[in-house]
Amino acid sequence: MHQEDTISAIATPPGAGSVGIVRLSGEEAIAVAGAMFRAKSGKNMEDIAAGSVTYGYVIDEKGDVLDEALMLMMKTPHSYTKEDVVEFQCHGGPVALRAVLERTYMLGARPAERGEFTKRAFFNGRLDLSEAQAVMEVVGAKTEASLRMAVGHLSGRFSERIRELRHKALDMIAHLEATIDFPEEEIDDVVIDDVRAQVAAMRDEVDAMLKTAHAGRILSGGLKTAIIGKPNVGKSSLLNAMLFEERAIVTNIPGTTRDSIEAYADVGGVPLCLIDTAGIRKAKDAVEKIGVERARACVQEAALVLAIFDGAAPMSEEDKEILALAKDKETIFLLNKSDQLSALDAMSERVIHEAAPEASILRISAKTGEGMEELGTLIRDKAYCGELNGDEASFVHDAREEDILRRVYGYLTDTLQTVENGMSADFIVIDLRSVWETLGEITGETAGDGIIDAIFSKFCLGK
Amino acid sequence: MFIAGEYDVAVIGAGHAGAEAALAAARIGCKTLLATLSMDNIALMPCNPSIGGPAKGHLVRELDALGGEMGLNIDKTSIQSRLLNTGKGPAVHALRAQADKKLYQFTMKETCEKQENLDVKQLLIEDIQVEDGEVRGVVAETGEVYRCRAVILATGTYLRGRIIIGETTYDAGPNGQRAAMKLTDALKRLGLRLMRFKTGTPARVDADSLDYDEMEKQPGDDESAAFSFMTDEPTRSVAPCWLSYTNEETHKVIRDNIERAPMANGVIKGVGPRYCPSIETKIVRFPDKERHQLFIEPEGLHTREMYVQGMSTSLPVDVQIAFLHTIPGLRHCRVMRAGYAIEYDCIDPTQLSPTLELKAIHGFFSAGQSNGTSGYEEAAAQGLIAGINAAMMIKGGEPLILKRSEAYIGVLIDDLVTKGTQEPYRMMTSRAEYRLILRQDNADLRLTEYGRRVGLVTDERYARYRKKKEEIETALQKLRETILTPSAETNAKLAEAGFGEIRTATSLFDFLRRPEADYKKAGALFHLPEISEEAEKQVDITITYEGYIRRQQEQIARMEKLETKLLPPDIDYAEVPSLREEAREKLADLRPRSVGQAGRISGVSPADVSVLLVWLEKERRNKQEETRHDVS
Repeated sequence: MHQEDTISAIATPPGAGSVGIVRLSGEEAIAVAGAMFRAKSGKNMEDIAAGSVTYGYVIDEKGDVLDEALMLMMKTPHSYTKEDVVEFQCHGGPVALRAVLERTYMLGARPAERGEFTKRAFFNGRLDLSEAQAVMEVVGAKTEASLRMAVGHLSGRFSERIRELRHKALDMIAHLEATIDFPEEEIDDVVIDDVRAQVAAMRDEVDAMLKTAHAGRILSGGLKTAIIGKPNVGKSSLLNAMLFEERAIVTNIPGTTRDSIEAYADVGGVPLCLIDTAGIRKAKDAVEKIGVERARACVQEAALVLAIFDGAAPMSEEDKEILALAKDKETIFLLNKSDQLSALDAMSERVIHEAAPEASILRISAKTGEGMEELGTLIRDKAYCGELNGDEASFVHDAREEDILRRVYGYLTDTLQTVENGMSADFIVIDLRSVWETLGEITGETAGDGIIDAIFSKFCLGK
Repeated sequence: MFIAGEYDVAVIGAGHAGAEAALAAARIGCKTLLATLSMDNIALMPCNPSIGGPAKGHLVRELDALGGEMGLNIDKTSIQSRLLNTGKGPAVHALRAQADKKLYQFTMKETCEKQENLDVKQLLIEDIQVEDGEVRGVVAETGEVYRCRAVILATGTYLRGRIIIGETTYDAGPNGQRAAMKLTDALKRLGLRLMRFKTGTPARVDADSLDYDEMEKQPGDDESAAFSFMTDEPTRSVAPCWLSYTNEETHKVIRDNIERAPMANGVIKGVGPRYCPSIETKIVRFPDKERHQLFIEPEGLHTREMYVQGMSTSLPVDVQIAFLHTIPGLRHCRVMRAGYAIEYDCIDPTQLSPTLELKAIHGFFSAGQSNGTSGYEEAAAQGLIAGINAAMMIKGGEPLILKRSEAYIGVLIDDLVTKGTQEPYRMMTSRAEYRLILRQDNADLRLTEYGRRVGLVTDERYARYRKKKEEIETALQKLRETILTPSAETNAKLAEAGFGEIRTATSLFDFLRRPEADYKKAGALFHLPEISEEAEKQVDITITYEGYIRRQQEQIARMEKLETKLLPPDIDYAEVPSLREEAREKLADLRPRSVGQAGRISGVSPADVSVLLVWLEKERRNKQEETRHDVS
């Protein structure tokens, strides 16, 4: 059986209980798994029988334990994809699960595209013809998701930085290419030292992005976030909307008291640790009035505050107290119930704006989900740009982007090596093109005439 | 209706595309008609007098490896040549030759006239007969009909050609020739989508009126390699070019008269190429540039006309003379022909399949500027492919479609038929993603087998190629097998030849990775088989750039998977579930040949490609099941 490159992903649906599965499939699956797993019994991978379940630990590059896990190994063709497949059943919750997944990427697996396991199963004859339709729906659905993502990115500052990097690469490519394609034109020589310096700076930048991403994921248990607002304003709906967000990974961590229950959500690619969800839920039944005191405690603990107001009602005294609490924190102000048209939200907006002129204000409908995407983008921007205080503040993004950035880092390193080796312009271009094209995978801009356009906009060429 | 002749293939136009197309079809054994507006203008070079340069030179080498004529023809008629980009990597080395224009033309004319199976006729073709979606013949303006099963449109800039010089315009082809005014209507009747493009040429000046001491002499290389793999004689440079620059005075003359420029006053409506801008365009677009360089190039050994490269213009003649007179070396120049712009009709090339046949009309091919390209080399390359594929259609052979990973010709045609073009398309090395593989030095190794398969590669050419290939393979094997041990004897030998010592057992292959080592030196030291210089070069490149070459080959292998997944031509995209609407429309309109091509259409996403793959697999299994039922 021919095997494809190795892919990995979290195979359990988001929020589905305390066990999470990371699945690997492809020709290197067993090798990758072997490098990150230590069996309790001390057995080596070679000694573990296909189809058996092995208890042990997922370890990081230093040999430290990331999580305890059951490993299930299946050899081609006796697996779902008919390729070599390894699954890790992990118990350590969402953060550990991500760390395990992360580890597979470090070892050479790439993030699976949506439906990719299923696609492989189909191509390898595991699924029968009647299932083809369903397979197409799954792989086709990616379009919607990726389009949404691309739109989200357009406004994001993250993509702005990616574009800047891309632009720098393109500038160098265009210059080098112009000297190659138009050798007799008067074009300034490319100064190789400049290329080296620029590429090194780009690599540092990518490195910084990757470092914060990594640290953010492993060290922090999510960005501490408080949802505050008066009773019945929609805190609970907002919480639910965030938890049911597609990529959410949720577990409840039992605390000493019911009051400290926290929930994890992945919003806009940023893992959030939502404080005092019990309090939020309780408030909904309105039996117990959640007072400003409780909100104050939450705000103190939080790095990010989501202050929610009723967009369909005028501001109450209680609202104003909430506003006063939140205005000096890193806060996103939400006007809920955007599905119920009202002129009142404009008034509320003005009030908020007066109190906190720099603040972000967003209209949402927690009920219909309207505005949730923008909220994700906003949170992501804030997390990325370091506007948030505290150790939690870090640039965090999804696995796909991280994988891309890691590849970009590799190509930038190649470029420097090529320069170091004294290779000529056209070889430098080969590496830089890889950088440029790979960065384009993030912003959704693929190769094409970009380079040629850049050449002609920059240089006066031609007979 | 007078039937004047019966042919397999009729080629309309005998420029660089038409001549190659007709020669290829005839050589493969098709009875071929080559129709030209003027017997005196076969293979006319209406613009610059040179062939080759980056990417263009690559095209010529590829065309030559396939059995085309342009390489041989320029080798016979070149008066100067230079290898450009020698300071850069081997992939972008580029040969460029100045032709004796008239000699180039007449040599090609004679080759066409002497070609078996080929009739060259002076005819103005006005209509193409199509019945039931198939080509039946072409009709001349004088009424006679030439029956044929395939037609190749190679009309260059002649379709409704219109010359513009300042305020003067008239219908004509280049150099005041007749334009083909009615053929456009016939194409429209056949349902073709047309575009209108523009290009231009500079003035020609009298060699005896130039001040040579004010210009910089640009001699060619004393001796340089030829274009054709079959030419053994090196090219000698016998006529120099001259370099000069515009200055502020020149720019002022142009700026002062800019409102008289057809591009400014709206006379020109066609779209011109960015890489070949007129001097007035350069000055408007790059106002800060203090000077623009220009080359004065000879048009031949038996003419005093000199081509002023870099000064293409459609300004009125008085302005042309005025600005030329501001340029050192040209201050007293006598203009022999004025520069002009020309507008012409061409077809939107996305209507073509990668064989260069129209998807809608069986037997209707198109090549060259009529496909929206620019340049002699681009035209010739397409002409060759169209000629081959028309012949394959007639003979029932497998069509020739070169991949992007195999040839610049493949990149050129794939770009045209997949993405179309918004301006006259010029080949550039930066358009090729696998440039390191597509070198001009290995065009024969890449393509001779294809040329052989279609019947254009002669026994002699094939034998040369086989010999070179064998030499390379034998040498590489020998290098891998020969292990140097770090003995005192070996190291003494190395030291004597000026190499550093080895410390561990090393294959000669690995030894040659050292920058100072090459096959010739190693061969002298370790008694390696003697091979040709060409083969030595291949061995050295293979070893020196192995890492980069391997990386590109891996990329190619990944892409290849999609290229081999063919999409049936009659696929109903409305029936394919889960495609996005934009992709569905684009696919239905363009009807790509493979999933790989589909993925390069703008608006088709990777997810759509996945859907297509699953759909193809489903269809394949459906058919399998049907067959099984039929058998039982």
